[in-house]
Amino acid sequence: MKQQLLTVTENTPVTAAVYRMRLEAPGLEQQKPGGFVNIRLDGLFLRRPISVYDSEPGSLTILYKVVGKGTEQMAGMKAGNTLDVLTGLGNGYDLSKAGDSPLLLGGGAGVPPLYLLAKRLTAAGKNVHVVLGFNTAEEVFGEEDFKALGCEVAVTTADGSYGTKGFVTDALPADYSYFFTCGPEPMLRAVWRAAKTSGQFSFEERMGCGFGACMGCSCKTVTGYKRICREGPVLEKEEILWAKNR
Amino acid sequence: MVDNKRLSTNLCGIELDNPVIPASGTFGFGYEFAQWYDINCLGTFSFKGTTKDPRFGNPTPRIAECAAGMINAVGLQNPGVEKVIAEELPKLKEVFHKPVMANVSGFSVEDYAFTCEKLDKEEQVGWLEVNISCPNVHGGGMSFGTDPKAAAEVTAAVKKVTAKPVIMKLSPNVTDIAAIAKACEDAGADGVSLINTLQGMRIDLRTRKPVIRNVMGGVSGPAVFPVALRMVWQVCRAVKIPVVGMGGVTTAEDVLEMMMAGAAAVEVGAANLTDPCACKKIINDLPAVMDKYGIKTLNELKGAC
Repeated sequence: MKQQLLTVTENTPVTAAVYRMRLEAPGLEQQKPGGFVNIRLDGLFLRRPISVYDSEPGSLTILYKVVGKGTEQMAGMKAGNTLDVLTGLGNGYDLSKAGDSPLLLGGGAGVPPLYLLAKRLTAAGKNVHVVLGFNTAEEVFGEEDFKALGCEVAVTTADGSYGTKGFVTDALPADYSYFFTCGPEPMLRAVWRAAKTSGQFSFEERMGCGFGACMGCSCKTVTGYKRICREGPVLEKEEILWAKNR
Repeated sequence: MVDNKRLSTNLCGIELDNPVIPASGTFGFGYEFAQWYDINCLGTFSFKGTTKDPRFGNPTPRIAECAAGMINAVGLQNPGVEKVIAEELPKLKEVFHKPVMANVSGFSVEDYAFTCEKLDKEEQVGWLEVNISCPNVHGGGMSFGTDPKAAAEVTAAVKKVTAKPVIMKLSPNVTDIAAIAKACEDAGADGVSLINTLQGMRIDLRTRKPVIRNVMGGVSGPAVFPVALRMVWQVCRAVKIPVVGMGGVTTAEDVLEMMMAGAAAVEVGAANLTDPCACKKIINDLPAVMDKYGIKTLNELKGAC
């Protein structure tokens, strides 16, 4: 965990609502797959937690969906602007359990944390199968990036306007060694029911601090109380307790 | 660390290097923050509200944002006093070498006394800050802090089981906070701290439902600073015991205002959540800001206003 001033070097739309922002600083460390950063914005009290899309020494990339005041402000930023960012947050995906042919399932704004994971898994020689789910064709992003890593990529859209009609669970491959997923909770619940192997889920929750101090994002698990920001955002399939009306 | 006698203050008989104290619920059990900076630069800190039994707290979402602040409804999540003593305090001891303020909550007078008696035996604990003002739990917490008689009962019960200074943490969700403070003083309190959070809520325009699952939560952050300062000023004029001021303190200037209102020390809450190094920065900023306003020592400020 570090507090750093990062400089925006790229901030471009990849769909009507999703932007790609590259941030740089000398000495910025590699981020973990499934980890996140927490961004301070002018005039807004709480930082905005955003998952890491890609990371190299000295730079990181986020893909964020414009949904409110914070992300609207981010969308207006230009190369050269600086941001106060807490980096290296969260306990990310554990790659050691992936096996030879891991499956990655991402839904909408849940797609970004899977890219750095796919990059690490393909670099380790795994056969990575990716299923990306969206509502409609105009919202699709990331397909080419995952393909460029050498992943086998399937896309689903709820309205059938692109790829397979339906949800990520409608395009599961016959065989896979393990799975990693991130997306809206109804999708995560569907994956939990449909999955044939063990796997890891990345969760979202409203956070106060993002680094474990405020207990704002706690959840109950089979293995005790966990903070989504600290012990999470990634939880293992076997430890998840689906809360009523959560 | 600012090695500077200009900043020293005394809180209920214990010397503090400076008056800056991270507030309970925003600083965990301290060791989490030792990853951000050497927390020995602090005057002290008030650890996470501790109860007799372990508590998960409220369902999520527990957090909402508002203009210049936030709302929380955590609901006193903590591992219970036995585990705090067995597991949290030893971890803290490795990174913090000053007396710590133990924050205690309860659901009955007996609860408060039980937990305080346990913590009284801990050498690391310098003060007991007794929270009779949590707005986020039912059947306890704030109900003791909204009635002078109940506040006095908790104070007297806690005083019986400890020799350590007892600071009663007060709720701003009352008509006359000075009357509650006076009741605590009369019942033997060594100090009072205020304010806990102000009750508030937000509604999600998309879902037409409260943002916070528990509907209401406690508002904190710079938005509440003027209200907090006013209450600290009023209480300082109503009691003779030391007053710890808090509520939206974010800068060294805010600390000085609180002390001019009469506070002996100042707690910093929500600012720690948005900037993990907030308290370190405030302490570092104090000498220059004091120079700017011709303040030689913080001691000269008490009651200056």
